[in-house]
Amino acid sequence: MKRKINIFKSTDWLIVSLYVVLVILGWINIYAAVYNEQYSSIFDFSQRYGKQLVWIGAAFLIALTIFLFDSNFFSFFTWPIYGVMLFFLISVLIFGKETNGQRAWFELGSFRLQPSEFMKFATNLALAKFLSSYNFKIKNFRSLLYIGLIIFIPCGLILLQNDTGSSLVYLAFVFLLYREGLTPYVLFFALMTIILFLIAMLVDKFLIIQVLLVLAPIVFFLLNPKIKIVGIGIGIFALAASIFYGINAAIAYKYSTYYVFFAALFLSAIAILIIANKKRIAFASMIMIFLVSSVTFTFAVNYIFTDVLEKHQQDRINELLGITSDPLGTGYNVNQSKIAIGSGGFAGKGFLQGTQTKFNFVPEQSTDFIFCTVGEERGFIGTVVVLSLFTIMLLRLIFLAERQRSVFSRIYGYGVASILFFHIVVNIGMTIGLAPVIGIPLPFFSYGGSSLWSFTILLFIFIRLDSNRFESLA
Amino acid sequence: MINPYSNRKYIIGGIFIAFALIFIIRLFYLQIIDTSYKFSADNNSQRRITKYPARGVIYDRNGKILVFNEAAFDLMVIPQQTKQFDTIDLCSILEIEKDEFTKKFKDAKLYSTYRPSVIISQISSKTYAILQEKLFKFPGFFVQGRTLRKYPQPIASHILGYVGEVDPKKIKENAYYKQGDYIGISGIERTYENFLRGQKGVSIFMVDVHNKIMGSFAEGKFDTAAVIGTDIKTTIDADLQLYGEKLMSHKKGSIVAIDPSTGEILMVVSSPSYDPGLLVGRIRSKNYVNLLKDTLKPLFNRAIMASYPPGSTFKLVMALIGQQEGVLNANTRYPCSKGYAPLGGHPKCHPHGSPLDLSNAIGHSCNSYFSYVFKSVIENKKYHNTNKAFEAWRNIALSFCIGKKTGSDFSYELRGNIPSIKYYDKIFGKGKWKASTVISLGIGQAEMGITPLQSANVVAIIANRGWYYIPHIVKSIGNNTNDTTLARFKIKNYTMITDTNIFLNVIQGMSDAVESGTAASLKIEGINFCAKTGTAENPHGKDHSVFVAFAPTNNPRIAISVLVENAGFGAAWAGPIASLIMEKHLTGKIKRPDLEKHIMETNLIGD
Ligand SMILES: [Zn+2]
Repeated sequence: MKRKINIFKSTDWLIVSLYVVLVILGWINIYAAVYNEQYSSIFDFSQRYGKQLVWIGAAFLIALTIFLFDSNFFSFFTWPIYGVMLFFLISVLIFGKETNGQRAWFELGSFRLQPSEFMKFATNLALAKFLSSYNFKIKNFRSLLYIGLIIFIPCGLILLQNDTGSSLVYLAFVFLLYREGLTPYVLFFALMTIILFLIAMLVDKFLIIQVLLVLAPIVFFLLNPKIKIVGIGIGIFALAASIFYGINAAIAYKYSTYYVFFAALFLSAIAILIIANKKRIAFASMIMIFLVSSVTFTFAVNYIFTDVLEKHQQDRINELLGITSDPLGTGYNVNQSKIAIGSGGFAGKGFLQGTQTKFNFVPEQSTDFIFCTVGEERGFIGTVVVLSLFTIMLLRLIFLAERQRSVFSRIYGYGVASILFFHIVVNIGMTIGLAPVIGIPLPFFSYGGSSLWSFTILLFIFIRLDSNRFESLA
Repeated sequence: MINPYSNRKYIIGGIFIAFALIFIIRLFYLQIIDTSYKFSADNNSQRRITKYPARGVIYDRNGKILVFNEAAFDLMVIPQQTKQFDTIDLCSILEIEKDEFTKKFKDAKLYSTYRPSVIISQISSKTYAILQEKLFKFPGFFVQGRTLRKYPQPIASHILGYVGEVDPKKIKENAYYKQGDYIGISGIERTYENFLRGQKGVSIFMVDVHNKIMGSFAEGKFDTAAVIGTDIKTTIDADLQLYGEKLMSHKKGSIVAIDPSTGEILMVVSSPSYDPGLLVGRIRSKNYVNLLKDTLKPLFNRAIMASYPPGSTFKLVMALIGQQEGVLNANTRYPCSKGYAPLGGHPKCHPHGSPLDLSNAIGHSCNSYFSYVFKSVIENKKYHNTNKAFEAWRNIALSFCIGKKTGSDFSYELRGNIPSIKYYDKIFGKGKWKASTVISLGIGQAEMGITPLQSANVVAIIANRGWYYIPHIVKSIGNNTNDTTLARFKIKNYTMITDTNIFLNVIQGMSDAVESGTAASLKIEGINFCAKTGTAENPHGKDHSVFVAFAPTNNPRIAISVLVENAGFGAAWAGPIASLIMEKHLTGKIKRPDLEKHIMETNLIGD
């Protein structure tokens, strides 16, 4: 008895409350999204809102059940759980029901289950178990290889189901690994790549090279304020540029000025690197490497995009970046979604007053595009409240993870935050045109039993672990 | 502490917060700054269907319908809402060429992607029935009910005018009109547009993504009902109008007949005319171009827009002015030697007895006589100078609406012309002209111009012995008999000549013309009437045949002016036409079928 009271007392009720609030908000918005005057009761079980209530009830039962387990259970049974989930993933590939070109579902009568949803918490457990093991060194190549296997085996199997969105979720573990000591360059380069990619798609490549060429000496000067060295660098580039310009003029301007800059940059980069090495100016090498790689990267993106990708792939990316607007073509969903959210204004149109969601202008409105209903009916106030609730939850998760004495618990906690973050950013991002349209649900909000239950399991295992934080280390 | 990377929690937390902030900024932009989404949302989910009211029906003075409405349908499109569709299928239903359709669809897109445009206007009921069943295959397209003008008889096209699509300029001026709306372009349709058009209504429906109507928006709170156009009763006598048009067939010219006691216009014929049905519906623009190209100018309303020398009609006015100015009385006699002797026989005259008194001079339309009268008016001693006398003469003429708009309810009524002192000063130099310089004004020639409507009004004034109501074509608007729009037609206007005796002398002359003068062959059994034959000099070819008359002599009920272009002497063509019309109007039947047949069958145009 004494132990149970302890659990009750040591449970973090803030995060449980956030969970309950989000789940209920989700349910109300599903009601608004698929509201049907004929079946206006929110408890009508023939409708999605009625069904969602059943899933919510079941989710609460699952949460309660998790509390009945001993907190050491999850650490102890990590590998069997991981194994069983992998087994399900493989079997869904063989026995699963194919819908929309994806083989991701088990179907038992009218009941459908998506094993990939449950793979997330299993993978998270496995990572926590592996990273917290005695002797583990993240800088060890063998360790990195195992981490790679733990992540990419499920990731690959989900890719085989043709469910790209769900497989991308596993990239989120980069946050967890970073927290546990992975070199910051991985995170830095991941973010830089995304930013450069977007810039390369949105801005003319010639403008990029010009801006970078101007920025490079300025950055160098700020780091190492010696006019003479900056002057030498600029001189070298000017010399290289005029040589290439002369060559280009000689062949009757066969290449555009962009390539003159490009070639001059490479030549001067080599020269500056040699000089910087001799004079031991580390910044110079760093800046030149960054400059050259950025330019090369944007060039490559451009080249791949126009010469390698096929038309429909280009469309998808263009639509995301808002380059071409084709409201009834590939950009239809995002456009309708933006209209729905944008038309909500400051205070929204009011409950059940959303015309865009109600009349099916927004596709997948109860699942992937549930955020539109919030935006249209609750306005800016609603979207900020929901976004804030999620952010508070994420920050609370970091706080809870950091207070764990058990490394396993801490790592698992970061995993939960990483996965939720990825889902939230990509899901909301796609409804407001800031992320590609990849069909992943909004945690706790979107309609569907599988996703609600899997997020519940993911979160409540951590809450269970947290409630046990005062016990001896596992 | 075995937690070496603990500080990284700040980086991770920072990234989480950064993303939240980026999203909030984006949402702020989408939901608060950029208002275009709100507009798109309404357009997405609301379909505004304009309810076009039927235009008012136009009746003749006896309640016969001149123009009414029949149902028609326009195929509309909202380009943004269209999906891939089978163009060929749609074109075959509509029975139009694919190229035409493609062009119209492109135009619609250019106009607006989210506002409805007319793709094909005025689809027949038959096509509509077929289309209605297949419309579900063409999201973004819908059918809008309209009404089209329909004419029971192809008459009075110039009076009624026509209706067409409103032009961009008008849309800018008047917010009521939207692209694709109809508006009266000429005739009564134009003058009384505000009454005839009614008031458009709108129904706002909610539509889903498949463009399917889901119900009315806000339970119809924002819907407005269409108000049907107001009916208009004209002063036209449809039977007389039809008769006049028949008499004028194959002739160029015009007839205007007025009831002098009310100023109501009984008929207005401008020949050649056209079938008003030609300017309705899809065939309108094609026919319009053809009518415009026709060298006989059938679209031109000669009765109000053509200016002719007033000729013999003006001699009547000269007779009145002379008496008013005290230089002429019934017994004044002037000689005629085939012309006006003081100026070497100019203006010329035809052979007749000489000298003549006023009554006979009117009967013979003597040019010499009225030249003398004009000279005596302009050289009137009481004014001491030519300018003052000329101004007095001109003012009296203006009070007869000669060279001045009558103020009728016709659109585009012509003013006509009566030259001013300023004008002659410019031509001849100040003080360098006198009566003999401008002598042909006395016989209604030279720079003078008058429309057939003005001419008929002059006759009505004489018939009334000095006053008139503004000639008008609308008797009543709707059920409101006291409409202020028509108030100006109920005011008696007086000319500067009010002494009825002055008129009686002229009327005597006109009566003599019928009893024993130039119009003797045009007598109507049992009816005394007054007339004046004439010829309007035409510098461009054969003279115009002119005839003015009113009947009966006492309590006149019709004043008429007939002009047949290039038909020579007045009694030859214009006279019989006027005589037949008066007989028809006053007795309801024609006792001279041979004359009627002869007139109707004669072709004076020559093709
Ligand atoms: Zn004479």
